[in-house]
Amino acid sequence: MKQEIRICGFGGQGVITAAVILGKAAAVYDGLIACQVQSYGPEARGGAARAEVIIANEPIGYPGIHAADILVAMSQEAFNRYINDIRPGATIIIDPDMVITYEAAPYAHLVPSTRIAEELGNVVVANIVMLGAVTALTGVVSREAMLASTLASVPSKFKALNQQALEAGMTVVAGLSP
Amino acid sequence: MSTHRDRLRQAMGDKVQFVQGDDACAYGAILAGCTFFAGYPITPATEVAERMAEILPKIEGCYIQMEDEIASMGAIVGASWTGVKTMTATSGPGFSLMQENLGYAIMTETPCVIVNVQRSGPSTGQPTLGAYGDMMQARWGTHGDHEIIMLCPASVQEAMELTIVAFNLAEAYRTPVLVFIDGELGHMRERLVIPEDDEFELVERTCATSREGYRPFAADENLVPAFAPFGAGFRTYVTGLTHNEAGLPRSASAPIHDQLVRRLADKILRNTDQIIRYEEFGAEECEIAIIAYGITARACRDVVEEGRQRGLKVGLLRLITIWPFPDEVVARWATRVQAILVPEMNLGQIVHPIREAVAGRCPVMLQSKIGGELHTPTELIDALEELRCQVC
Repeated sequence: MKQEIRICGFGGQGVITAAVILGKAAAVYDGLIACQVQSYGPEARGGAARAEVIIANEPIGYPGIHAADILVAMSQEAFNRYINDIRPGATIIIDPDMVITYEAAPYAHLVPSTRIAEELGNVVVANIVMLGAVTALTGVVSREAMLASTLASVPSKFKALNQQALEAGMTVVAGLSP
Repeated sequence: MSTHRDRLRQAMGDKVQFVQGDDACAYGAILAGCTFFAGYPITPATEVAERMAEILPKIEGCYIQMEDEIASMGAIVGASWTGVKTMTATSGPGFSLMQENLGYAIMTETPCVIVNVQRSGPSTGQPTLGAYGDMMQARWGTHGDHEIIMLCPASVQEAMELTIVAFNLAEAYRTPVLVFIDGELGHMRERLVIPEDDEFELVERTCATSREGYRPFAADENLVPAFAPFGAGFRTYVTGLTHNEAGLPRSASAPIHDQLVRRLADKILRNTDQIIRYEEFGAEECEIAIIAYGITARACRDVVEEGRQRGLKVGLLRLITIWPFPDEVVARWATRVQAILVPEMNLGQIVHPIREAVAGRCPVMLQSKIGGELHTPTELIDALEELRCQVC
């Protein structure tokens, strides 16, 4: 088993944090092998941000991604840039409020993570909503590992909010076909 | 009551973590007993300093941010003379500034560890991307005849383990030791398991026992002098000038200079069996060898298996110790294979000592890649196919 996951958007959306939490869920809580790399522009916010995680059950050599098995796009620019860099049958998850034009991936799963996060009271957890969706749709990590990793990665006063965001992401895709 | 070791484990956090190569270097230093870090932040090495700044104050250690890398190197040399284990971390531009005091550390036989998280140069180059362009600067960057010890990890776990080894070698041979990673590995996260104290070895410098007749630079049979920290009441003198066994300057004496500088080189060269580390994959029935180091070796490990599935009999010699250079190991491989591929994230640096060790026994092809991207398995396979067409 080897799954290559790319999470992309713009700086400030928590793209890298999401990848770190996902990798930690796999490597620390699910006992899998994981490797996470990232790239970001010189700007702290607003520039293109991309993070990648490889999850496998055997040692990972080359740490780069050949073609994504799972693509999470949280901005139009990121979607346009990476939509052709996927494996056939890849799981694509987009935020339809951020990615308006997605004809290139008509089968994408639409997860309005930003809107859901706003409804929960804080837009910063949009990335966690996406992680809930990734977990429920792909099973790349267990729900228990994802919850444990998320709670271990956020300040204590935000634990409840992040748990709600994670569960909201899992719930919103429950009605979607895989 | 909690011991010092308990407190440092508590300061590092969970036993199993998902952290960056930079973090791993800091943890390795803490486990090795480093209690003094002086540095100047620089991408992509800043996280080493950040971790040390978090942990050291909790374990009665000292973190000091210096005005630049010249001073950082000076501070770790000075602090080491108080008897503690010291480290700094930097990237290319900072490593350039450290060269003068690196030579001072070699000449004064000062144990210390320098982590260089390499990025592309020359000059400020590509701050956020990885490279291996400082491999030869590490060898010859500081002036004068000398040997240096340098280790090159390929994973987050190994970055921690080899930083511990670096401290052990620095203590054993009283010399600065370099740990070289790159921006990619420095910022890459993997699982890190913090070992228990009985799972790794710690080496401490040999300390002088008798003040009577103490000669600070008189070496033992291993060519390493016994150390007396400042403030312990021993009469000592430390200088970068050529000095006699008492430490006193004798800079116009040919025999004293010859004896001193040869001893400094020989204490490393006569112990290469203790210092040189490497890893071999597919060494049996190998037609084409890859010799690689650092993060590049990871894709090479994939290629050994992929290549064999395509009928390419590929092997990998992963160099872990780069300096002193493992020429006997390379020469042994050269007698068994038909060609050697050397992928490097520079314009060709370690390919030179490799060619010297191979000494014409087989062709050696450099696969150079710069700009911040890693060699992909596909590119490596293509280069191996090309090499096979040429020689087989």
